[in-house]
Amino acid sequence: MSDVYEALVKIVGKDYASNHHEERYFYGRDPGLMTPHEADCVVMPKTTEEVQEIVKLANKEKVPIVPKGAGLALTGLVIPLKGGIVIDMKRMDRILEVNEGARYVVVEGGVTHGALRDYLNKHHPNLRNSLPESPPITTIAANVVIHGQGRLTNQYGFNSDMVNGLEVVLPTGEVCKIGSCSVGPYWFSKGPPLPDLSGLFLGWLGTTGILTKVGLKLYPKKKIKDLEVLVTDKEDLIPDIIFKITHTEMVEDLAIWAQERPLMFRGNYHINIFLTADSEDELEMKRKMVYDSVQEYVDSKDAGFMTINLDMRRDFMDNPQKSMTAFADVRRGGGFEYAGPIIPMELYPECARKVAELAIKHRVVYGGSGRVIHGGHCMMFSFAYTFNRADLDEMGRARKALHEAAEFVADKGGVLWKPNIDEQKIMMERMDPNTLKLMTDIKKLLDPNGIMNPGNWEAK
Amino acid sequence: MPELKFDKAKCDNCKAISCLVKCQYMSLDKSEAKKEWQKVINGEDSFVLEACVTCYACEEYCPFGNHPFYLIVERQEEKGILPQSRPITKQAINMTTAQGKFLVGKPEKTALSFCAIPRLYTLATGKLFEDVLPSWVLGTEFFCQAMFLHFARMSVIKENLPQVIDNIWNQGIREVIFLHDECYGTFTKLAPAYGIEVPFKPIHYFEHIYKRLKELKNEIKPLNVKAAYHRNCSARLVPETDHFVDDIFGLIGVQRIKREYDHENALCCGGLLMTSKGYDLGHDVQKRNVDDMVKSGAGYCVFNCPACWDPLAEKVARRGIKPIHIIDLCKLAIGEKQAVEVTV
Repeated sequence: MSDVYEALVKIVGKDYASNHHEERYFYGRDPGLMTPHEADCVVMPKTTEEVQEIVKLANKEKVPIVPKGAGLALTGLVIPLKGGIVIDMKRMDRILEVNEGARYVVVEGGVTHGALRDYLNKHHPNLRNSLPESPPITTIAANVVIHGQGRLTNQYGFNSDMVNGLEVVLPTGEVCKIGSCSVGPYWFSKGPPLPDLSGLFLGWLGTTGILTKVGLKLYPKKKIKDLEVLVTDKEDLIPDIIFKITHTEMVEDLAIWAQERPLMFRGNYHINIFLTADSEDELEMKRKMVYDSVQEYVDSKDAGFMTINLDMRRDFMDNPQKSMTAFADVRRGGGFEYAGPIIPMELYPECARKVAELAIKHRVVYGGSGRVIHGGHCMMFSFAYTFNRADLDEMGRARKALHEAAEFVADKGGVLWKPNIDEQKIMMERMDPNTLKLMTDIKKLLDPNGIMNPGNWEAK
Repeated sequence: MPELKFDKAKCDNCKAISCLVKCQYMSLDKSEAKKEWQKVINGEDSFVLEACVTCYACEEYCPFGNHPFYLIVERQEEKGILPQSRPITKQAINMTTAQGKFLVGKPEKTALSFCAIPRLYTLATGKLFEDVLPSWVLGTEFFCQAMFLHFARMSVIKENLPQVIDNIWNQGIREVIFLHDECYGTFTKLAPAYGIEVPFKPIHYFEHIYKRLKELKNEIKPLNVKAAYHRNCSARLVPETDHFVDDIFGLIGVQRIKREYDHENALCCGGLLMTSKGYDLGHDVQKRNVDDMVKSGAGYCVFNCPACWDPLAEKVARRGIKPIHIIDLCKLAIGEKQAVEVTV
């Protein structure tokens, strides 16, 4: 492996490659519950050409490579399960182009959502990106590879739906452009009217290539933001409430949450309804439509809009929400992980009951939250458990609760989002055999030496 | 359980039935009002119990101090009528349950009560309070409970209030300056209405800051502004304190503009109306209130209740009127900074 390290130094320079224990330790883990495994080397390329050279080296040496953004998926997707080289993409941090008229941006593979937000605020104040609730150091490329979601997901779908084109270093080292950018200078479409090849890379968890450029759709940034929180104590009503609210097509984002701490939230289900507008009239029109859409539940006293003090409103409207961090530290010791399956709305009540049931069974503190995707076609439901990292027993209980949650949802027909390797197995066991074979064949075709993030999406 | 001291004879002899006739959220003539009020007194079903928006105003309208609002709340609870939705009621109970997490400064004989409202702690700083600070208490252990009037939960008030009184007393406090009408009203009006003894002396913060401003008169630079006063629901419990608004404004050079929705005709902030009745009523009330402020030429909207601030302050600010709490307004007049602001 020392030869590989020396070769990496030749590609990126000695400041950006390491085989030191400290880096190997750090890059061998993520903030979640998965078992760490050390990398052999860590490398930080600056250009697509350097990424190419690294991939070619890995093929020649048959060494695994794991591309990494900020490593915030929490499900161990950037843990080098079989050692090898972790490619930290964060030096590829240039925002290359903003096409304001066509509302898209082209960024390098290490640009973060936070950096893009700040750039847009400064240079294109009428445009915005769909910022996830994860910390702003989340990279855009990693986020779309795992089908992340953001504040605009209710309106426009998964963040991967917002991809407008890709530049990918294939597992064999070739650079490939995907979408309209493959035939001309514009990045306005990831596929249509061409065959949509972006599906070969999005959702594959870094097993089919390394994204070195991403074209991403941007959206109008409205002048006014506001929030309403509808509260009910009947989880069975949530699907219909969401159906009614989404029917208005007036809402930017819809997040549903329930948690047992602090006490004021116990026993209720809360729906954060994010509104945006360019004028007071527009805002009030939208607010009225939302209120009216659920009036029957207000009249029946089954639901009510919560009075929110301005501090709480600010916290809720933060994007990403800092209060998520507070929840992650409820048990002190800063441990937090969630299974986040994508489910049809009708499964919400069962999932809401299950997250609490598992918390009692495994004696862990829970938070159950969901985000409506694309107007209600589905939602992400988060089975979140918090634990103290110094308490191995509690971590084990949280792990069991998450595993049971994944089994439960998969049996119900949900699809596990950014699944860890155990959850990938749960998915593949239930997958149509021909679909699984197609996935396996595609992976083998693209990555004949099996070097890309091995251990992930691997059928038996 | 303590029982409401309600004198049926006073209502029997009442010709005006002001409690219902003056209500801004129901439309009843005297004859209808008499009939419906008798139903309420007799514990019969009356649409009044459902239609009540819990604005407290009838407490002020009653010329006999016969506590019509408390009776409505009692009857609502008896009949299981929920002015607010079930989950919102549950939330209110959860958030005010004493959990042993109260905070105190260095309580002495005279202390400030911030109830369970941290924002009052933020507001009560500087020269206006330096004679009392750091003698203060904050937390659900000192929560005055009056909020449950909005939730048809008089039973919660009656059950918890004696303990709250003990909690304050046990801090060695003998005079309490309350920074919210709801608190002052609880200990000067509601508790006596139920025969609950209050061993300490309640002082309204208006009285305190009026006294302090007079002591600080050499430091006052008149603001020379026109202000709309947003009179909150719980001010209806203690209308005798309203003159302090004029007195304080007089000291700091603020003109309380004449407008339709002030004094006895004040409108609700709309917060609980939106919650309990839906958009149309809540929005209509807020709009009429703010339109009235704009029409009257107000430069400031002065708040007394911190709970009214949340649903209304931004809406006022978006119409070009500066929202400000009365404590902050006084601070400006003596060269101190505003502690609580909104940005739109």
